[in-house]
Amino acid sequence: MDPHPVEDRKSARATTPLRFSPPWSETTAAVAAETRRRARRAQPAAIRLAHWINIPLLVIMAGSGLQIFAAYPALGPRGGLYRWYPFQNDAPPSWLRFGGWLAGARHWHFAIAWFLIFNGVIYLIYMIASGEWRRRVFIPSRDTSNALAMFAYYLRLRKSPPPEDFYNGLQRMAYTSAILFGVVVVLSGLAIYKPVQLYWITAAFGGYDVARVVHLSCLVLLASFTAMHLVLVALHPRTIVTMVTGGQRG
Amino acid sequence: MARLITRRTLLLGLAASTALAGCDGGRTATAFLAEMERWNERVDRLLFSENRLAPEPPASDLTPEADFPSYFISDSVPIAPDNWMLAVGGMVARPSVFSLDQLMRMPRTGMRVRHHCVEGWSAVAEWHGVAIRELAKTVGASRDAQYVEFRSFDNGYYSTWDIESSLHPQTILAYGMNGKTLDPGHGAPLRLYSPVKLGYKSVKYLTEVNFLANRTGGYWEDQGYDWYGGV
Repeated sequence: MDPHPVEDRKSARATTPLRFSPPWSETTAAVAAETRRRARRAQPAAIRLAHWINIPLLVIMAGSGLQIFAAYPALGPRGGLYRWYPFQNDAPPSWLRFGGWLAGARHWHFAIAWFLIFNGVIYLIYMIASGEWRRRVFIPSRDTSNALAMFAYYLRLRKSPPPEDFYNGLQRMAYTSAILFGVVVVLSGLAIYKPVQLYWITAAFGGYDVARVVHLSCLVLLASFTAMHLVLVALHPRTIVTMVTGGQRG
Repeated sequence: MARLITRRTLLLGLAASTALAGCDGGRTATAFLAEMERWNERVDRLLFSENRLAPEPPASDLTPEADFPSYFISDSVPIAPDNWMLAVGGMVARPSVFSLDQLMRMPRTGMRVRHHCVEGWSAVAEWHGVAIRELAKTVGASRDAQYVEFRSFDNGYYSTWDIESSLHPQTILAYGMNGKTLDPGHGAPLRLYSPVKLGYKSVKYLTEVNFLANRTGGYWEDQGYDWYGGV
């Protein structure tokens, strides 16, 4: 990945006729990026806002989604249900559902979906534009060994946790996968929402019924992430405070 | 292009989210959802292309006939009267009634497509019949007609469509399924069929087709299902 924000490269090009960025401008760019990051809190306002707005949105999306699923709680096309799925025709429990009935749940699902997408897009734009992704996104070459060491520590195979900077490797892996699930849940949702007008998205998932499986799998993965997230956050209550106040700068 | 998110939508969204727990929440939520349904219909109409055909799956994807659900709202399978005819009217130059034989003599359209039910299931079948766009030409439908209403002898089941989806080349009045004559379970003698809408929009057991300036509703639409119902 490009370690330098696009804007810095552009300004470097503007001040020099050279086709490549000279070494001194790379250093200044890195310093400038670091200075900008130090001016921000541990959890900048944009990220905190997106984080808390996500919670009611995801709860409504999950509940209304399960209510929609209850209308046909099976996976696979008619006459060709998937054999690997053990819960064919078992509807999700009613306390997990939201929207009252199929039509009501569909209205909620397709209304709130826009706000979820809007929130997600703003979040992603902020992550990229601010350079925040650098200390948050899982970069395999940087984070893999740290994530494994952290995992070993949680399994008590290791006495002390590996050194961590902003996040440890396992955190980065978890948060990055949650973003990925979010992107895939939206794309697979579009695939089953408009399988004719957006047939190319549906085809990319391998067809309507496969996209439906992917969509529900994303729900399971996001719910599992949330469960784990809640446990770990409960074990480290300071992180909640930081996600509210923003924490310290620098 | 339509404005992306109107101020009204945004305010209603905020109001709905804050009032959900309050005693006035129900009414606010209903207004919010109604506004969002209008917004979704705008998006639907923007996405819709009259020339985009639904992909045709291979014959190996055909759903076994016994597994293709057949829904109707009457207590038992509706059976057409002996003197069955289709009445086509509304904003047309030549209001007409057609016998099944007359419809079968009109240019025939056939397709193998995936059916998408609002419940979430899909199934594949072949359909053949006469395209609504052929019918519209035959009766001289007015250019001012914005909607098409379809009525049935299934206990009053009906629906209305936007004119664009009605004139889509794959929107047909089907008298055949999987190479055979349509059977009573799937809407004999004549049903509306199109891959561009959810199943509940495809009215079976047709009696009337009316070209209209204003939309009426539909059996499920009147109970709260989304009116556009596009896929």
